[in-house]
Amino acid sequence: MSRCNRRSSFPLFVTLLTLIFLYAPLIVVGIASFNKSKYGGKWAGFSWIWYEKLFQSERVWEALANTLIIALFATVISTILGTLAALALYRMKSKFKGVYNALVYTPLVVPDILMGISLLLLFVMIIKTFGAWFTSLTGIPFELGMTTIIIAHVTFCMSYVAMVVLGRLQEFDKSLIEAAQDLGASGLYTFFHVTLPVIMPGVIAGALFAFTLSIDDFVITFFVKGAGDTTLPIFIQSSIKHGRELPMLNALSVIFLILTFILVFITQILLTNKPKEKK
Amino acid sequence: MEILRFENITKRYGQNTVVDNVSLSINEGEVFSLLGPSGCGKTTLLRICGGFEPPDAGRVILDGVDITDLPANQRPVRTVFQNYALFPHMSIYDNVAFGLKATGVNKQDIPEMVAKYLDLVQLTGFEDRKPAQLSGGQRQRVAIARALVTKPKVLLLDEPLAALDLKLRQRMLIELDTIHDDVGITFIFVTHDQQEAMSISDNIAVLRAGKIEQIGTPPQLYEAPKTSFVAAFIGDTNFFEGRVSSVDGDYCDLQIEDFPSLRLYNDKKVHVGRKVHVSIRPEKFSISLNKPEMTNANTNLLQGVVEEAIYLGAHTRYWVRVQDWRVSVIKQHSGYALDERSIKWKDQVWLKFEADNAYMLDSYTEDDEELLALPDL
Repeated sequence: MSRCNRRSSFPLFVTLLTLIFLYAPLIVVGIASFNKSKYGGKWAGFSWIWYEKLFQSERVWEALANTLIIALFATVISTILGTLAALALYRMKSKFKGVYNALVYTPLVVPDILMGISLLLLFVMIIKTFGAWFTSLTGIPFELGMTTIIIAHVTFCMSYVAMVVLGRLQEFDKSLIEAAQDLGASGLYTFFHVTLPVIMPGVIAGALFAFTLSIDDFVITFFVKGAGDTTLPIFIQSSIKHGRELPMLNALSVIFLILTFILVFITQILLTNKPKEKK
Repeated sequence: MEILRFENITKRYGQNTVVDNVSLSINEGEVFSLLGPSGCGKTTLLRICGGFEPPDAGRVILDGVDITDLPANQRPVRTVFQNYALFPHMSIYDNVAFGLKATGVNKQDIPEMVAKYLDLVQLTGFEDRKPAQLSGGQRQRVAIARALVTKPKVLLLDEPLAALDLKLRQRMLIELDTIHDDVGITFIFVTHDQQEAMSISDNIAVLRAGKIEQIGTPPQLYEAPKTSFVAAFIGDTNFFEGRVSSVDGDYCDLQIEDFPSLRLYNDKKVHVGRKVHVSIRPEKFSISLNKPEMTNANTNLLQGVVEEAIYLGAHTRYWVRVQDWRVSVIKQHSGYALDERSIKWKDQVWLKFEADNAYMLDSYTEDDEELLALPDL
């Protein structure tokens, strides 16, 4: 081999170091989840026991069910609202467009803890003011719980969906809408047969993003949840706090991780898979 | 018979008037071109017709009906967009069927109509492809089929050939002409390319800065341009400025500074002393080494020196110095060019042209000379 072809090994070294830095903790959790020992640290042999315990724990199943219900509602609502927001921002010609843009994006950069506290304050205020009246009118109790968690999740998921869909819309050819109307299509027909199908990969990617964020969220959920509500992140946190069944959490983390990876993978495929132009 | 009429259309964007009080009448079944440089308002005029931009003033009358206030999806006109705007997520079949489905045409009739128009544009067999799998020329034809299948009264084509390369453009011009003959509806063709417009149009409106310069058939515009802009934008020409020194029946003599006196056909009936501008196309001069013999009172003979000669196969372009002027001349090689004693650089030559072949302009703007100049390096 000639000397010209010899490459410096430095980039490879940095790459490896970065990958280790990023994934070592996850690998450790993965290994620990198969460790028979109850206290970790020392390897006591391979075992599925923590996975078995995990699937036998009713509290885990309840937390999982709550998490999925919240994620489902939050995803559907935030996807619809986020897509509409993106479409509005895309079409807007107002000189305040920048302001509206910032308003939609702000929840992405506001610290979770701030979002959590402010949402809690808002919910408490609303419940104090209208709770009794609402309950007397409908007979449904109005307090912190699943509903407030869903609303809170929608507030930040919506921004992510809007961002992803807007990204897709930047490549959207406005003349498609004109072409559809030129051919006699009504506004609604154009939306459902042209606009929506074309931006659909962005919408689905946004929805997957929202879903991932929702099942993942701890901080905001922690503030706005009711007394007895547990989601998976809440369950994990309280288990650690009370020192219960720690290796079982390792197993839970692995399952969580795999699910998240799958979702992120699908999202990436949808976002990069753009229609190719033949030149 | 008139199918479409623009009445005093004006369109402004802020301070900028892009269409300035334009009135036009377009006949049923003709190919009508809106020709002009970019920014002349031709595309805006088309978009006003399509219903994508409301005019600030004026009316659009289609087949006797005022459609100015109708939204785009209720006008019986269709547009072929410059980038074709095919729906990327639909097959070719669904693209062509779109207008039929959207307007609620009887479902059973759709396959037959789609097949008929795909056949018209010679794309039978491409039904299941996606637009991204087609070449530029094929996409263009899908766009045309998609527009025509809904049987519009007028088809609007916005620079339809601009995205194609030269050979394909010429092929598509012929194709468009064939399609026009087949369907027989009115085509309104927007282009900045004078050759495209000349070769396909029945009538052309030349636009500049939002105003119509001249409307006419291609030969009318070429042979009898009314303004220096039309003369220079369509084809090549020579401008001369002079004063009428004498009038002799239908003819007059033009005194030009630092140039021989020219005898011209006085179609404008101008009087002695008037300043006039004339346009003389390069091919109206015949160039020869020997003094031409067949002359009469209305033949102009000029003597000059060849400063530049460019051989172009079918013809040769010369720039001939005549006193203080450089005259652009084109010599067609009607004979076998190798046999002729060819005219070369620095040759002393004779230029001949008949008084009837020059054309007096209604208006002249010095800036239009720029259109004739070769671009800067």
